[in-house]
Amino acid sequence: MSFYAVQFLTGLASASSLFLVASGLSIIFGVSRVVNFAHGSFYMLGAYIAYSLTLRLGGGAFGFWGAIGLAAVAVGLIGVLMEMALLRRLYRSPELFQLVATFGVVLVVQDLALATWGPDDLLGPRAPGLSGAVSILGHRVPEYDLALIVIGPVVLVILWLLLNRTRWGILVRAATQDPEMAGALGINQKWLLTGVFFLGSLLAGLGGALQLPREPANLLMDMGIIAEAFVVVVIGGMGSIGGAFLAAVVIGELQAFGILIFPEITLVLLFLVMAVVLVIRPWGLLGKPEAIIPKAAARDVGRPFRPLKAAWRWAGLGLLGLLVALPATAGDYALQVASEVLIFTLFAASLHFLMGIGGMISFGHAAYLGFGAYGSALAVHHLGAPMEAALIAAPLLAGMGGLVFGWFCVRLSGVYLAMLTLAFAQIAWSGVFQWYDFTGGDNGLIGIWPAPWAAGAAGYYYLTLMLTVAALWVLKRAVFSPFGFALRAGRDSRLRAEALGIDVRRVQWLAFALSGAAAGLAGGLYAFLKGSVFPTVMAIPVSVDGLVMVLLGGVHTVLGPLIGAVAFTGLKIGIAAETHFWRILLGGLILATVLAFPKGIAGFLKDKLMRPER
Amino acid sequence: MSPLLAIHDLSKAFGGVEAVRSVSFEVAAGEAVALIGPNGAGKTTCFNLIGGQLRPDAGGIEFRGRDIAGWPPHKVWRLGIGRTFQVAAIFPSMTVQENVQMAMVSHTGRALNLLTPLAGLEAEKADALLERVGLAAQARRACGLLAYGDLKRLELALALANDPALLLMDEPMAGVARGERAELMALIGRVVAEEGVSVLFTEHDMDVVFGHASRIVVLHRGEVVADGAPEAVRADARVREVYLGAEAGQGGQPC
Amino acid sequence: MLSVKSLDAFYGRAQVLFGLDLAVAHGEAVALMGRNGAGKSTTLKCLIGLVPHAAGEMTLDGVDIARLDAFRIARLGLGYVPEERRIFTDLTVAENLEAGRRPPRQGSPDWTAERLFVLFPNLAEIRRRRAAHISGGEQQMLSIARTLMGNPTLLLLDEPSEGLAPKILEEIATTVSALKAEGLTILLAEQNLRFAGAIADRVAVIETGHIRWQGAMADFAADTEAQARYLLA
Repeated sequence: MSFYAVQFLTGLASASSLFLVASGLSIIFGVSRVVNFAHGSFYMLGAYIAYSLTLRLGGGAFGFWGAIGLAAVAVGLIGVLMEMALLRRLYRSPELFQLVATFGVVLVVQDLALATWGPDDLLGPRAPGLSGAVSILGHRVPEYDLALIVIGPVVLVILWLLLNRTRWGILVRAATQDPEMAGALGINQKWLLTGVFFLGSLLAGLGGALQLPREPANLLMDMGIIAEAFVVVVIGGMGSIGGAFLAAVVIGELQAFGILIFPEITLVLLFLVMAVVLVIRPWGLLGKPEAIIPKAAARDVGRPFRPLKAAWRWAGLGLLGLLVALPATAGDYALQVASEVLIFTLFAASLHFLMGIGGMISFGHAAYLGFGAYGSALAVHHLGAPMEAALIAAPLLAGMGGLVFGWFCVRLSGVYLAMLTLAFAQIAWSGVFQWYDFTGGDNGLIGIWPAPWAAGAAGYYYLTLMLTVAALWVLKRAVFSPFGFALRAGRDSRLRAEALGIDVRRVQWLAFALSGAAAGLAGGLYAFLKGSVFPTVMAIPVSVDGLVMVLLGGVHTVLGPLIGAVAFTGLKIGIAAETHFWRILLGGLILATVLAFPKGIAGFLKDKLMRPER
Repeated sequence: MSPLLAIHDLSKAFGGVEAVRSVSFEVAAGEAVALIGPNGAGKTTCFNLIGGQLRPDAGGIEFRGRDIAGWPPHKVWRLGIGRTFQVAAIFPSMTVQENVQMAMVSHTGRALNLLTPLAGLEAEKADALLERVGLAAQARRACGLLAYGDLKRLELALALANDPALLLMDEPMAGVARGERAELMALIGRVVAEEGVSVLFTEHDMDVVFGHASRIVVLHRGEVVADGAPEAVRADARVREVYLGAEAGQGGQPC
Repeated sequence: MLSVKSLDAFYGRAQVLFGLDLAVAHGEAVALMGRNGAGKSTTLKCLIGLVPHAAGEMTLDGVDIARLDAFRIARLGLGYVPEERRIFTDLTVAENLEAGRRPPRQGSPDWTAERLFVLFPNLAEIRRRRAAHISGGEQQMLSIARTLMGNPTLLLLDEPSEGLAPKILEEIATTVSALKAEGLTILLAEQNLRFAGAIADRVAVIETGHIRWQGAMADFAADTEAQARYLLA
């Protein structure tokens, strides 16, 4: 019994850092509507900066706590820098552009951290005066854990007072609800936003710095915490600081107790808790339901799709002809690159189907690519399946993944849905990573080679070309079918669609399956192209790659994702071949692109080349 | 004969505020019933309860003798209840014709069809319906380019696409320029008569209410305070007090 | 005090205002009247900077406000009460007032929550209630009171009469008239002639984005032909 009490305390201690990070994310989102992917990077920076500062300031209590406080403030200032230099230029762009921009920051921060602090884990000092352990019910509990348990609620109270008892807090809440009206009342949102980014980033930095005595600063902290913070925000309810605290405690406890049984169970428990909460309270434990009858928002949903002009059709056929003729002139490496570009074109198109047509933003689309890749690889590895059968297994498994995840996701909408997709993808990733016996963990599965007839670079290229074009054709057909229109109907006006007998949830659910299956086929092809599968295929960066491709191309065009995929995949392969620090280059390029083309490349071209319709 | 729609003891509260309190009324086949009352009286909530956008806390909604309380909107529609909204709800990324085609394809249960292009489905029927609401010339245009009055016409076409027995219209004149009102109302009256549809509508424009309703139900603070023929309602002392004020006799816009 | 010259504005590709000219003098109450969709709301939104205008001049007390952000225009003394009221429903009544508070301004009375509670006694009783749970009339009063907290010199009222019961309208008309008597300049967008007549000295009639008629309220109230032409059908 007493052992469980102690484990409970450990869970509470873990919850504190998580709460700090999640509340910062939630506050920033509330006012700016920016889902800040870089929030995890700020957490990581908090830990690294605190590490460096403790070395400078010495080991006393003043040095330690001073370092933590200064690190938090420093990270808050970095957040201000990001807001002022980057996001201010993007507030008028679609929400997704801000998201992708913050992911550019993630990449840049990763390489900067690598260059500054090196690849090794950095173990911080223990907190002076709190380095021992106290005996509680006969078990030893670290004193530092007890300090964390106190810090969490203290910060919660301070935040509550700040938001409810100060003028600044009232203005923040007013601007959260109706920024335009706040402006009409004389409130300067520029500085309010900057202030909010300072506070939110400071909380992330504080969370990271406080974690230093418990875990070493390392380069994986950013992605790990951001997914957890999303889960906390989804479970707790967007914009609810109290909800974030409650959810952080739930997750902290789940992990503390789950680990006792075996680590894999924590994932299952996490999944179950999220599922139960979302089915019963889709808006989170303490969140507010979104307006059931949404106001008529003058959202940009694009223009009607027109069939391509004859000239473009011929251009498409010409391009296809060139692709068919490619092996005559290209070498093996070029063909492999071309195959990879084709595969990611299909991946981007599948994501576009969900996002552009369905209006459901997926932050975790790599999950389906991964399901496909592992579907094929596992079929080969465990069942000895031939390539042909394994390539069928890929879309099947991914389609089923889409059905399972989609069932939950379609109960939510907007950014909640997006965060949930990311959480699911992260759970899938952890599952593959941890289920060593079945998936090979981070050693991956190797020896996934194509059938002899497709083993050559040209043969596999043709197989890829054929399947990709076929799948793209099916997706295109679906866009113009009643199903595609029903999906768009649900996106344009859910209210109207339902009042016309369309079961929007079911249509969206099936769209998840279809989109997942298409991404899965891409994953299967990818596995055989590389001859191996590793968990990284379904990690967050791959999901973001997909988002960048779709956004580069433009969300409201049918051809956009194809252009985006070709541009981005080509670019990425090119950069990775040239330099070690590819992340900072890629991140910089993403930032430059987002700032230069706020409507995507295809949207930009469309505006430049074509006159507006009538 | 049993009424087409029978509401009894319908209640709905939002966070302790009772928006609709034990409301009962009926709509018989062929009637045009106006549901009126000051803002916040619970009119739109009533509509959303009937249409399935909201789930009632208590009470029953019988349509053709079937209890549909708590049914989701898409099922309510399938039974034959069409709906227009206060702020016209249409699909702005589609053309006018595609909007109606979508509604008709949904009516025939083919919304999940992945194989046939929508372009070839129900095109003539859609054009015929658009002709009747006066939008034939705009059929190929993007909805985003329509004037607001035309959006209301399109919404009417959408609501009629499944040959409903009952039409719910939430403030059909809201946002429509005064000059267009007479024409739009005449169109609604004509189409409704041709189809033999019963209508339940809310409206702030008293000229429209008294000009078109065969019966009027008055709501105030979530409760029915009067239910009867227009003249009886106009004369009702309680109604005068809560809603029409001293201007009732002149039949004008309430000041 | 307020001068608008040749104002053009668009919604998407549709032009809403066509070379609109309008002037409001100190202490005056002007009603901008016209049908739905005539451009009344758009004019007010252009003034406060919520809708971008394509061309034209706008000055407040000689200061060019045409290219300023909304919050700067508000700080110069333009108070805006939107048609949909747009109160902050997540905040309490008192917090809504606090959100609107600006420092006092020379030459105009300094509004405080306490003074506004005298002007709107209904609000005093519900000051701690969340604004989500107050009635439509109370929301309208709160919206006006919140804007007054910014100590505006010119008040823009966008269709305050819409959707309100006659009794509450009367109260609001009385209150706004009292504000005018204290010297507040008012520009009122309105369709309801009776309500506008209780407040305004002068009328500017707007039709499809043009000013068609200007003159004294008394003249317009007597001119049933002009009313029928511009307001009814």
